[in-house]
Amino acid sequence: MTFFNEMYHDGEVRPPYARLEGWTRAMPAELRQMKQAEAEALFRRIGITFAVYGEGGDPDRLIPFDMFPRVFTQDEWRRLERGIKQRARALNAFLVDVYGRGEIVRAGRIPGQLVYRNAAYEAAMAGFVPPRGVFSHIVGIDIVRTGPNDFFVLEDNCRTPSGVSYMLENREIMMRMFPALFRENRIEPVDSYPERLRRTLASVAPAKCAGEPTVVILTPGHFNSAYYEHSFLADLMGVELVEGQDLFVEGEFVFMRTTEGPKRVDVIYRRIDDGFLDPLCFRPESMLGVPGLMDVYRSGGVTLASAPGAGVADDKAVYVYVPEMVRFYLGEEPILPNVPTWQCGQREDLAHVLEHLPELVVKEVHGSGGYGMLVGPRASAAEIAAFRDRILADPDSYIAQPTLALSTVPTFVAEGLAPRHVDLRPYCLVGERVELVPGGLTRVALREGSLVVNSSQGGGVKDTWVLAE
Amino acid sequence: MILSVQHRTTYRYDRPVRGVVQSHRLTPSVFDGQRTLGWQVGLSEGIRGGGFRDGAGDWVQGWSVRGPVGEIVVLVQGTVETADLSGVLRGHREAIPPEAYLRETATTRADRALAELGLEAAAGLADALAAAHRMCEAVAGAIVWRPGATQAATTAAEALARGEGVCQDHAHALIAVARSRGVPARYVTGYLFAAPGEGPQEAAHAWAELWVQGLGWVGFDPANRCCPDARYIRIGSGLDARGAAPIRGIARGNGAEHLDVDVAVQAVQQ
Amino acid sequence: MLSRTADNLYWIARYVERAETAARLLEVGARIALLPSAGQGYRNEWESILQASGTAAGFARKYGDPVQRNIESYLFFDRDNPSSVAACIGRARENGRIVRTALTAQMWDALNTAFQEMRALERRPRSEMELSQLTEWTMRHAAMLRGAIEATLLRNDGYDFLNIGFALERADNTARLMDVKYYVLLPRVEFVGSGLDNYQWTTLLRAMGAHRAFHWAYRGEVTAAKIAHFLILNRQCPRALITCAEAASQHLDRLAAAYGMRGAVQDRAARLVADISRLTVEQVFEEGLHEYLSRFIGEIAALASLVDDSYLSGDIW
Repeated sequence: MTFFNEMYHDGEVRPPYARLEGWTRAMPAELRQMKQAEAEALFRRIGITFAVYGEGGDPDRLIPFDMFPRVFTQDEWRRLERGIKQRARALNAFLVDVYGRGEIVRAGRIPGQLVYRNAAYEAAMAGFVPPRGVFSHIVGIDIVRTGPNDFFVLEDNCRTPSGVSYMLENREIMMRMFPALFRENRIEPVDSYPERLRRTLASVAPAKCAGEPTVVILTPGHFNSAYYEHSFLADLMGVELVEGQDLFVEGEFVFMRTTEGPKRVDVIYRRIDDGFLDPLCFRPESMLGVPGLMDVYRSGGVTLASAPGAGVADDKAVYVYVPEMVRFYLGEEPILPNVPTWQCGQREDLAHVLEHLPELVVKEVHGSGGYGMLVGPRASAAEIAAFRDRILADPDSYIAQPTLALSTVPTFVAEGLAPRHVDLRPYCLVGERVELVPGGLTRVALREGSLVVNSSQGGGVKDTWVLAE
Repeated sequence: MILSVQHRTTYRYDRPVRGVVQSHRLTPSVFDGQRTLGWQVGLSEGIRGGGFRDGAGDWVQGWSVRGPVGEIVVLVQGTVETADLSGVLRGHREAIPPEAYLRETATTRADRALAELGLEAAAGLADALAAAHRMCEAVAGAIVWRPGATQAATTAAEALARGEGVCQDHAHALIAVARSRGVPARYVTGYLFAAPGEGPQEAAHAWAELWVQGLGWVGFDPANRCCPDARYIRIGSGLDARGAAPIRGIARGNGAEHLDVDVAVQAVQQ
Repeated sequence: MLSRTADNLYWIARYVERAETAARLLEVGARIALLPSAGQGYRNEWESILQASGTAAGFARKYGDPVQRNIESYLFFDRDNPSSVAACIGRARENGRIVRTALTAQMWDALNTAFQEMRALERRPRSEMELSQLTEWTMRHAAMLRGAIEATLLRNDGYDFLNIGFALERADNTARLMDVKYYVLLPRVEFVGSGLDNYQWTTLLRAMGAHRAFHWAYRGEVTAAKIAHFLILNRQCPRALITCAEAASQHLDRLAAAYGMRGAVQDRAARLVADISRLTVEQVFEEGLHEYLSRFIGEIAALASLVDDSYLSGDIW
C-alpha cells in the first residue's frame, strides 16, 4: 500500500510546506530537543493533561505534541469547509425530521428500525423542535485524506466532540515558541473559537429567555478525563463551569447556586451523556444530572446543547446514510464522500466482510475511542478468527471499511523527521449561523506504520494550519 | 359514562427534606373515547413548573417544592365522559412512531417462556387483531391476579415463572409477548371504574396497547380479560411501567420516604 | 461566583493552613522530646501531640504505641490520616485543580509544585530526611501560596473566601496548639511555673515561629500570662486569636459590601471580635485557659458553619 505524503509528493515539496522545509533544515537536533522540552513544560504548566479511560497510570499524563505542523492551502480548506458545513446542516435536518414527522423514513431512504430501534434514539425528544431547529450545536467531523484531492469523512460526532482545547493550545504554544514561523507564513487564526462558541450557544437561548442569556458548561466533574477541556473552554468563554449539584430546578426554570443566591441559567452546554442528564427522565440512579431538567427543557425554559438524542445521527450504522441525508434535505450532492462501508447486518455485505477480513477495518457500531475494532492487515490469524466469531454473534453491531491509505505528515521522531499517519477533526458550530474556524485538531499516529490516531491508543496531536491566500 | 376520580398520593419524610422535584403524567389523554369535563392536579406548597405535550401525546407537568418540608400531597380530582371504542385509541395525536415501541426494557424483555407463550398463542394467525386477542388471553391464563405476589421491580419473565401478579405484571408480560412477535406494544396507565364485587379492584390501573395494522393502537387488559371500554380513563403511556409512571420525583435530603395512595373512581349519576 | 467555587477556594486555604499546623505540631513534639527530663511522671508527650491534632484514635488503630518515627510518618506522609501534611497538600491541590481557572498561574504553580514535590518526597527513603527539613519544606510551600495570593490575585470575592479559610483554620489551630500545652502536656498542677513549664511554653512559641517576636514584644521572663496575652489578645501577633477573628470579620464585611447583603454570619463575626477585644488575660485565667479555648474553638466552628450556610452550600433562598 502506498501513502500520500502531504509534504513530499512526486519527489517535490508541495507548496504549502515550502517554508517548513527550510525551517527544519535550519533546526539542529539539540535545538529541536530543547524546543520539545520547552513545549512539554508549557503544556504541563498550563495543566493540559489527558487521562486515558481504563488504563490507570498517571492521571496527569500529557498527550504528546508534535511540533511539525500540518498545513492546508486556502483552496483545500475552502472545499473542506463547504463539505463540513453541508454535512452539519444535513445531520441537524435529519434530527429535526426523525424526532418530528420522520419524512426520510416514510420516503424509504433510511430503514426505520435503524433510527427508531437505535439505542441513541430518545423517545423523550419526540415531537420537540429545539430553538432554531438545532440538535447538534458542535459537530465534530473526522476526516481522512488519501491523495492530493481525496478527502473522506470517517465519522461524525454530534454529541459532545472533545479535543478542541488542543486545537487552541497547540496553536498558542507554536506561536510562543516559533514566532518567526508565523511571520513567514500567513496562517489563519483559530483563537476566535471560544467567542464564536459562546455566540452560537447564546443564539439558541430558549423562548422564555429575555435579555442576554446566561450560558454555562455542565461537566461530570474533575475526575472526568476531559475536565481540563471543560474548564479551559469555560474560562475562555467567560462562563461558569458547573456540575449537576450546582444546578437545580424551581418552577419553570433552572438555577445555579451562587454565593449571591440563585441565578437563572438559559443555555447549558453539557458535557455529560444523555443518560445522566436528569434522573427523573433517564437513568434514575444518576447523581451527575439535574432532577426535572428535561421538563424545563421541553417546556422552553432552558436549552441543552447538544440536544438529548442527537447521537442517533452519528451512529456508525446511520453514518452510511449521511450522503443520502444531504441529497434528501438539501437537494445537493455531498461535497465530502463517505468511506465505502459494509453493514454486517445486511446479508450480502456480511458475506463480503467475512471473506475479506484480513484486508478490512471492522468497527463496533456503538464503540468509540478506537476500542472494539479490528484492523485486518495488522491482526494475527487468531485475532481475526476471534473477531469473526464476535461479528457472527451479533452482525448488526458491526460495520467494515477498507483499510484506508491515510496520508502522512512529517513528524519529529528520535532520528529526525519521519512520515506518520494523520487525520483531522474540525469543529463546526451550528446556531444562528453555521460556521467553523479555519483549522481543527490533527491527530497523528506516533508509532511507525500505525493507522490508529486515537490519543487513547498512543496518538499525538499537531498544530493545524490553513494558509491565507 | 361519566366517571369522577379522586386520587391522593401522600409522601411523608422521616426528616424534613430540602426540596422536592416532580414530573407528573396525570392528565387524561385526548382522544375520541374520552372527554374531560373538569380536571385538577395540585401539589401541596408546590410551585408549578413547565408543562408540555410529549411525543407519546401525554401532558407532562413539572413541579417543585421548596424545603424544608416533611410531607407533600399530590391531589388529582376530575370528571371525564367516556365512550366504549372497543379499546381502539382513535383520534389520539402522537409523534413517536410505532416502531419505537419494539425496543425492549429490563422489565419487558421476553425470555424463552414468554416467547413460547407468544408463539403458541399467535403462530400462523394472519389476522393481526385476532392474534392480539389471543396473546392477551394467553397472558391472562398464565398469570393469576394476586395482589402482593410481586413488587414494582418484578420483570415480565419473573411474573410468568411465578404464575401470579397484578395488573403491572399482566401488562409487562403482554408487552413482552407482543414485541417478541414483532408487534409494537406499550404500557398504559389510567383509572378503572369497577362496580363492587366485579373483578380486580384496582382503581389506579394499568394495561397494554398493541399496534394493530389498520386500526392503530388498541388497548388490551389481560387482568380483566377485555379491551378498555367506557369504564376506563386513559392517562399516559411508556415502554414499560417505569417509562409511563404517573409521578416521578426526587427529594433532596436523607429522610426515608413513606408513600400512601388513595384512589376512588365513581360513576356519576346522570 | 458559584457556591462550589467559593467552597473550593475556602478549603484550599484551610487545608494549606492545616498542613502547616501538622508540621508545626511535629516540630513541637520533636523539641520537647529533646528535653532530658521528658517522659518523667506524665504521659508520653508524643501522645499529646496526637491528641492535639485529633488523630490519636486513628493512629492507635494503625500503629499502637506512639513511637516518634511512626508519628512522623502518620502526621506527615500518611494519607490514611486526613490531617497529615501529605493528605492536606493533596486535597488543597485537588481543590485547586477543580477551580483551576479561578486561580492565578502563580497560585496554581505554588499548589502544583508542592504536590509534585510531595510525591517526590514520598519516594525517597525516610533515612535521608530530617524532620526539620520536612517541617521547613511545609512552611515554605504554604508561604509560597500565600505570597502568590497576595501578589497576584484580584481582590474579588474569591480572595475573601480564601482569606476567610485561612483565618478560621488558623484561629482554630492556634487555640488547639495552646490547648496541647496547657491541657494535654501538663495536666498536673504542680508543674505550672516550673522550669520545665517555661521550656515547653518557649517550645510552643518556637513552633509557631513567634519566639523572637515574643521577646521583642514582652522582654524578660516567659510567663504563662504573657504568652496567653500574646497568642490571644495581641494584634501584632499574626497567629493571635484576635488577629484571626478580625481578619475573618473584615473579609466577611468585604463580601457583604460587594454583594450588598449582610447577614447573620457578619453579625456573629463582629460579636466574636468585640468579645475578644474586651477580654483581659485575667479573665481568661479566671475562666480557665482550657475552658476558654474550648469555648473559642466552638465559636469558630459555629462561624464556619454560618459561612457554609450563607455562601458555600448554595442552599439559600
